[in-house]
Amino acid sequence: MNHIAPGRNAGVYSYDDIDRRFVAERVEQFRAQVERRLSGELTEDEFKPLRLMNGLYLQLHAYMLRIAVPYGVLTAQQLRKLAEIGRKYDKGYGHFTTRQNLQFNWIKLEDTPAILHELAEVDMHALQTSGNCVRNVTTDQFVGAARDEVVDGRVYAEILRQWTTLHPEFTFLPRKFKIAIMGSDADRAAIRVHDVGVFAKRNERGEVGFTFYVGGGLGRSPFIGKLVRDWVPEEDFVAYLEAILRVYNQYGRRDNIYKARIKILVHELGQEKFTQEVEEEFARLRGPKYRLAPEVVDEIRRRFGGPAYETLTDEPESFQAAKAANPDFARWVAVNVLAHKVPGYAAATISLKPAGGIPGDATSEQMELIADLADAHSFGELRVSHAQNLVLAHVRQDELFTLWTALEANGLGTPNAGLIGDIIACPGLDYCALANARSIPLAQAISARFADPARQQTIGELGIKISGCINACGHHHVGAIGILGVDKKGEEFYQITVGGDPTLTTAIGDILGPAVTADETVDAIEAIVEVYLSNRHDGERFIDTLKRVGHGPFKERVYAAH
Amino acid sequence: MALSDKSRNEAVLKAITANRLRDGEVIFLAPGSGWVERLDDAALFEDSAAETALAAAKAQAEGEQFAVDVYTFDLRVVDGQRVPVKTRERIRALGPTVRIDLGKQAAA
Ligand code: HEM
Ligand code: SF4
Repeated sequence: MNHIAPGRNAGVYSYDDIDRRFVAERVEQFRAQVERRLSGELTEDEFKPLRLMNGLYLQLHAYMLRIAVPYGVLTAQQLRKLAEIGRKYDKGYGHFTTRQNLQFNWIKLEDTPAILHELAEVDMHALQTSGNCVRNVTTDQFVGAARDEVVDGRVYAEILRQWTTLHPEFTFLPRKFKIAIMGSDADRAAIRVHDVGVFAKRNERGEVGFTFYVGGGLGRSPFIGKLVRDWVPEEDFVAYLEAILRVYNQYGRRDNIYKARIKILVHELGQEKFTQEVEEEFARLRGPKYRLAPEVVDEIRRRFGGPAYETLTDEPESFQAAKAANPDFARWVAVNVLAHKVPGYAAATISLKPAGGIPGDATSEQMELIADLADAHSFGELRVSHAQNLVLAHVRQDELFTLWTALEANGLGTPNAGLIGDIIACPGLDYCALANARSIPLAQAISARFADPARQQTIGELGIKISGCINACGHHHVGAIGILGVDKKGEEFYQITVGGDPTLTTAIGDILGPAVTADETVDAIEAIVEVYLSNRHDGERFIDTLKRVGHGPFKERVYAAH
Repeated sequence: MALSDKSRNEAVLKAITANRLRDGEVIFLAPGSGWVERLDDAALFEDSAAETALAAAKAQAEGEQFAVDVYTFDLRVVDGQRVPVKTRERIRALGPTVRIDLGKQAAA
């Protein structure tokens, strides 16, 4: 195999030969499995779990391939490869997901081994993107860059990737298992709605430790993760997770798929009993085998390398002048750009949510353009956010204007990160075999209705999240406004929830009233926004106003015509 | 045209669909034998005949490794057009509603 693996300075973990050999072996193993399926040696029932282990689902129109983007970090070269695969084997586009992965919608089974082989050339794969295993660990899209970061979560996410990949006890868990890690006070990874949410922090002595929340989740029965331990020292990081997974493996409900997630176990045992079980298991297995030695952590940190930052100062003159001369640029900076830990740099969000567009979709041409921009302005590295956008995390402030100009010229300069137009939406009934209703057309109609950037900025932080069925892939439960597609006697209807919150103050939204049609939903959102604007006090976000005034006024207005 | 519209139940017919194993393409059982890519070319069944035809199609699909996920769905013939009762099957027969440049609808 030709390795065209990423360079050292990108801040992306560099694989070693063992990693590469393993991925290559898995490709060849799957190639043989596909051959045996096509020749009839394997039945569909035998083959299906094997293809799922390689990220290959069967959807409405074709196979769907889910490609892992470990903790959402990519090199420009990897993105170019994804663009190439999109063009060669799919229909020229891909879909970035809330789990920081990429999905192709039109894949052929017979092409899949070749695709996986090409992915392996750039150290990519589709492992752990499906099935009852530990899935791709997700984290902050600004990891390693944000000024408010306390601990670099990538390092621990990578440790988990290595530790879980071939772990025999984690190959047949009762159900899928999702872990999210956050290393700053602002929770940008929705950690408390994951099976395990890890909050990395430092004590007074500067040592790294972790708070563990367990049993969060969305789907049919949403739960907020319970605090299981406030401080797990770094050296016990792996041991403690192993203990949690062992308790889950032992007691998880394998008899009932709807009760198989760890959230149900934590709920049924209760926080106290569950914690006690974990602590006992932890006490048993703690020892040299599970100790995460500082040298190991250092070595992994080293393998990430680090961008070679220059010594700069914040707000250089040219940057200030560009903002003063160009209000559109200034707006994009205000909305889409975040402070960087290194002076003179910034992290820029590239919105994949143009007004009326399909959330998270990017064409091969766009991917190539963004890859070139990542090379030019961000050390050849970029990230996928759980909000389905892309991020260039280390841009010099004096290069932001050049970057924005290129994005803007290609329809990628939408200034709406975190605003009402930045809608999270699952594929829904346009692609997904499990859907009850379409999600994308609704997202398009809403973002078109609120297209005016000035109005969006006036409305401020307001996340709309849409799922096409109760599985909640679009995180609707934690949307400030959530929308769930339901099927009423063959017709698509939408249930609106309000007050969801994906950050550390996690809340599951409440149902506002009876489900309405798609057209009525767009009007309802408009009505909700109007009620908010006419009631808000200075500095209040939508969810703050909602908390203060209650559902009453919103409900009244939305259902006034009914 | 909702499924709940019981008054028109007589007009509901069935077709048999699947995905082609090697590429996932949506296919329909053809009259006689074999599979076709367009709903317009598919065999239609009265309710009573559909189950037998489905069993035969499943056995054949398994034996020849040609099709997976074989099942029946309801449709009506409205002004000479075959219209699946459920949105899901309409979207399968045409392609994503948000990308009318793609899928079967694009080649139509
Ligand atoms: C199109 C094929 C897909 C299928 C068949 C599928 C299937 C499912 C199922 C069955 C669940 C519920 C699991 C449970 O409650 O135990 C689920 C949850 C979830 N999926 Fe998907 N999904 C698909 C696409 C996506 C996409 C595109 C995303 C990202 C945008 C995604 C992200 C999630 C998330 C975030 C959850 C909820 C979190 C949780 O696991 O509790 N899925 N999915
Ligand atoms: S929420 Fe439902 S419709 Fe949306 S992608 Fe998940 S399974 Fe499909």
